[in-house]
Amino acid sequence: MKRYLTGRIGQALLVLWGAYTVTYFILYMLPGDTLAIMLSASGMEADGLSPEDLAKARTYYGLDKGLFEQYFDLLWRALHGDLGQSLSLGRPVTALLAERLPQTLALAGTAIVLSLLAGVGLAYLTAYLQWRPLKTALARLPSLGFSVPVFWMGLLLIQVFAFALGWLPATGSQGLASLVLPAITLAIPSAAVYAQVLQRGFQGVWQEPYITTAFAKGLSRAQVQARHGLRNAALPLLTLVGLQVGNTVSGAVLVETIFSRNGVGRLAQEAVLRQDIPVVLAIVAVSAAAFVVVNLIVDLLYPYLDPRITHTAKVS
Amino acid sequence: MTIDIPLTPIDTQHTSGVAPPATPWKRRTRLQRAHQALAPLLRRPGFSVALLIVLFALFAALAPQLLTSFDPYATSPADKLSAPSVVHWFGTDELGRDLYTRVVYGARLSVLAALLAVTIALVGGLGLGVLAGFAGGRVDAALMRLIDVLLALPGLLLALAIVTAIGFGTVPVAVAVGVGIIPGFARTTRAEVLRIKTLPYVEAARLGGASWVRTLLRHVLPNAWGPVAVLATLDFGAAILATAGLSFLGFGAAPPAAEWGTLIANGRHFLITAPWVSLLPGLFVVAVVFSLNHLARSAEEHAR
Amino acid sequence: MSQPQLIQVRDLSVSYTFAGQRTQAVRQLSFSLAQGETLAIVGESGSGKSTLANALLGLLPANANIEQGELRVDGIDVAQASERVRRKLRGRTIALVPQDPMVSLNPTLRIGRQIAEALLLAHDGRRYPGLDAQVLALLEQVGIDEPPLRARQYPHELSGGMRQRVLIAIALAGDPRLIIADEPTSALDVTVQRRILDHLQQLVAERGISLLIITHDLGMACDRADRLLVMKQGELVEHASPRQILWGAQQPYTRALLNAAPAFVPRKRPPGVPAQTPLLRLSNVGKRFALPGQHAHFTALHGLNLELHAGQTLAIVGESGSGKSTALRIALGLEKPSQGRVEFAGVDISACSWRQFRPLRRRIQLVQQNPFAALDPRFTVFDSIVEPLVSFGLLKGAALERKARELIARVQLPVHFLDRLPRELSGGQRQRVAIARALALEPEVLLLDEPVSALDVSVQAQILALLADLQRELGIAYVLVSHDLAVVASMADHVLVLRRGQVVEQGPAVQVFGSPASAYTRALIEAIPGHSRSVLPVAV
Repeated sequence: MKRYLTGRIGQALLVLWGAYTVTYFILYMLPGDTLAIMLSASGMEADGLSPEDLAKARTYYGLDKGLFEQYFDLLWRALHGDLGQSLSLGRPVTALLAERLPQTLALAGTAIVLSLLAGVGLAYLTAYLQWRPLKTALARLPSLGFSVPVFWMGLLLIQVFAFALGWLPATGSQGLASLVLPAITLAIPSAAVYAQVLQRGFQGVWQEPYITTAFAKGLSRAQVQARHGLRNAALPLLTLVGLQVGNTVSGAVLVETIFSRNGVGRLAQEAVLRQDIPVVLAIVAVSAAAFVVVNLIVDLLYPYLDPRITHTAKVS
Repeated sequence: MTIDIPLTPIDTQHTSGVAPPATPWKRRTRLQRAHQALAPLLRRPGFSVALLIVLFALFAALAPQLLTSFDPYATSPADKLSAPSVVHWFGTDELGRDLYTRVVYGARLSVLAALLAVTIALVGGLGLGVLAGFAGGRVDAALMRLIDVLLALPGLLLALAIVTAIGFGTVPVAVAVGVGIIPGFARTTRAEVLRIKTLPYVEAARLGGASWVRTLLRHVLPNAWGPVAVLATLDFGAAILATAGLSFLGFGAAPPAAEWGTLIANGRHFLITAPWVSLLPGLFVVAVVFSLNHLARSAEEHAR
Repeated sequence: MSQPQLIQVRDLSVSYTFAGQRTQAVRQLSFSLAQGETLAIVGESGSGKSTLANALLGLLPANANIEQGELRVDGIDVAQASERVRRKLRGRTIALVPQDPMVSLNPTLRIGRQIAEALLLAHDGRRYPGLDAQVLALLEQVGIDEPPLRARQYPHELSGGMRQRVLIAIALAGDPRLIIADEPTSALDVTVQRRILDHLQQLVAERGISLLIITHDLGMACDRADRLLVMKQGELVEHASPRQILWGAQQPYTRALLNAAPAFVPRKRPPGVPAQTPLLRLSNVGKRFALPGQHAHFTALHGLNLELHAGQTLAIVGESGSGKSTALRIALGLEKPSQGRVEFAGVDISACSWRQFRPLRRRIQLVQQNPFAALDPRFTVFDSIVEPLVSFGLLKGAALERKARELIARVQLPVHFLDRLPRELSGGQRQRVAIARALALEPEVLLLDEPVSALDVSVQAQILALLADLQRELGIAYVLVSHDLAVVASMADHVLVLRRGQVVEQGPAVQVFGSPASAYTRALIEAIPGHSRSVLPVAV
């Protein structure tokens, strides 16, 4: 077990490093002229500067060093918690993130809980019902859920609940009331995915012979579904929750923009608009870290849910 | 499940109960078989409606001028923000432009961007998946780590990084979205290749003298294609949503271009007074993506 | 009738509706079963026996419809009863021992818990002191070792035989009056099956429980039942005692079933085959697999020697894990032996690469075990059959078409089957197509891996007859691998018995079957259903 643990952590670190590197190369290598971008992000024009000023700017941004030297320098500093300076805001990125992260975490956390409840609940209901028409209608619902653009859904909810009915605020980052609409909006695509996968899971599990054994013991339909069905159908959900972290972060960018919340997502949108490279790099790196950590935890939890999976050597 | 025919040896000249055909019996061509397989699908009303909607969107992407007589860029301040009517099916936006026309012309940008994204993802994902599944061993492990890295970068954020680097516009957005979808294709293809590689008929083909190339092209790929095709259709819808999302955030084509996301973003400011400016284009997007999902699911259920 | 029957079925008719089509599964069936009796229902696939079992349990699927008739269990008409009444009967009056023990236990719950569930239901769902003790007692009664340990384990940690015993324990937990055993012989090794069935019958006899055996195996039914019901396509064909059936079956269908069961009669061969170089020779072949993460090795084969001459049939017999499939794969060059040599037509192929071996492949072909996965689902029968010819580039165009027609005729399928896809064929038909494909290159040696184990009994007989015909016409040599001695007996000239990778016995068929030297071979022979009564009619 210990060997597996160290191996898995090593793998996770490798992936994290890889993600950071790929993003670095995209941001620093793809552009035609990185210096021009950075200057414009800081509010200056490259054309308006003299060659000496350009050279000074280059040194200031660290672009005069060789590519790999620059990379290792950035990586080294990142490992020490220094994620650079925001070009457009002039503040340390780490401080910016620390300010905005709690908002996003609150939003994402609430959304994940809501999506699990809704998704699992819908799928459970669909599996339990036996009346064909309702069952089919409910089975189609998840598909509708992930056909809807997150941002459009947000606008629709604002229109109905904030403007038309006036129950909840349309914008803002303070207070529980302002969390409701954004969390629901963010939860919908994930809930749809969970419902879809769990529905399929239940469909598969109902065909399994051990369900017949359970019925033959004299259990009722509700008992069979709860004790034998759910546990087996829900196995793929754990992996899915891990994968959905990425989608939740992506969705947060859109949701925070619509609802004008002060989170990391909106920070990302503003940073891209102003081509503020260090901020973009930092946000992507942190998201990748979150993804890797959550998936690592999921991997380690798996044997507790599915006893067939062990992390020791097996005979093929 | 058919029942086994009885023990008596069957003559090659006739079968019981069927009159021998006048002309010698011939095998059906591949086209005839495909047609026979598709026909029951088309008879389902839901499938046909979905297919029509998708074809409409594709048609709008290729020849929008045939679907509307208005000019998407012509402003008409007198008509601004009017509600949907017989003349203006979707109403007008704040500059008096016909919204329906803008949506139809927007299809060109959004749908084509999504097509480009899915093509990039297919080529990249299929290639990686087949290579990983077929080669196995170290190559497989290395490629899977690469996929893991791509997966760790959330789709939208990866797209944001790419757009930051190479600039805004429809093509960068399409490339960004495409790269983000590659992991899904690679994993699905790899899983299918791994599954099929061990099936008895592949072994039988190899024992019958087939080379690896022949096995790959004639057995593995055609059988792996099913789930991949379903995924491609589903991801086409997802790509539309993703490109719309990016253009909503302001990274798509510059105005006055009519990308769907930009249209919806535009209407944000008039949500109270003229909600249709945002909501109707969005509804159209939902219709197209839902139809795509329906097509994919129906095809998958039919194949099973 | 002085005593009320436990089960009384009168004029029962059940049909299924699927996609607008109605299929009749059971037609006007009538029979009864008294307390303490053992009744066997024998039929092939599509006979309606599973439908009957499900109807008794009240577990018919939603698209099934009981059209008419009564189905009285302990006086209650299950056909008309509500779900609540049916549920009360399940587990407590009627219990089920399911077919495949490998998939009939919930993989995420511990064994003890699954048995306790059945016990709790008999006590209205309330935990009671002594529940755990009773679980352990049950485990011991069904013959499981170390009950406290096993109760805490998960299904995947037990062997197939142990899982079957756990299922029997679950069935007994509710103290039922009737146990339905669904195809109790299909999923496990022959010797294991025999022990378990013996034990089950003993337990059932001790408690006075009725046993209803659903099976396709007429021999096994004759061995164990007091009465037999033979069903065909939903109808009751014959109803008699085993003795009556074996010695004077009335109905042609029953007689056909009897004849189709491969009679355990060694084949008579003209003695003294002229000495010639063997086509296939394995000398001292051994195969070891390395276990991941450990230094130990798993020995799949050890010290295997065999020779195959032209036109002869060599049978390799063994249970699961005996290494017989590994031996075939080594003979085909799909695996390299860890030690020893393989010679085909004089060429040492254990040292050959795939490319070097390829030209020789035309002369040695394989028919695989599972007909349902042996054909590419996207290839028509025509494509599948001619593929080897195309791979070697031997024939094209019209000549290819002619050859395909010739091959399909040879396996006795109508010519328009060339157009069909595998999913439009039954198991037996697919196996014929696989044989046709194997014959396409006109090989001298045909290796057959469990060629009939997945098929119905009457279909088995057809395929074996086909193989015998082909051998007579074409002079092909066969290596036939099977766990079923009866199948092997009708076809083999030489027999090799494997057990856990070691050769236990080897020699001419008449000698190995007639006077087996090893105890294991004797156990295998005794485990053949029907053998103990030695009353199967001899079919020569």
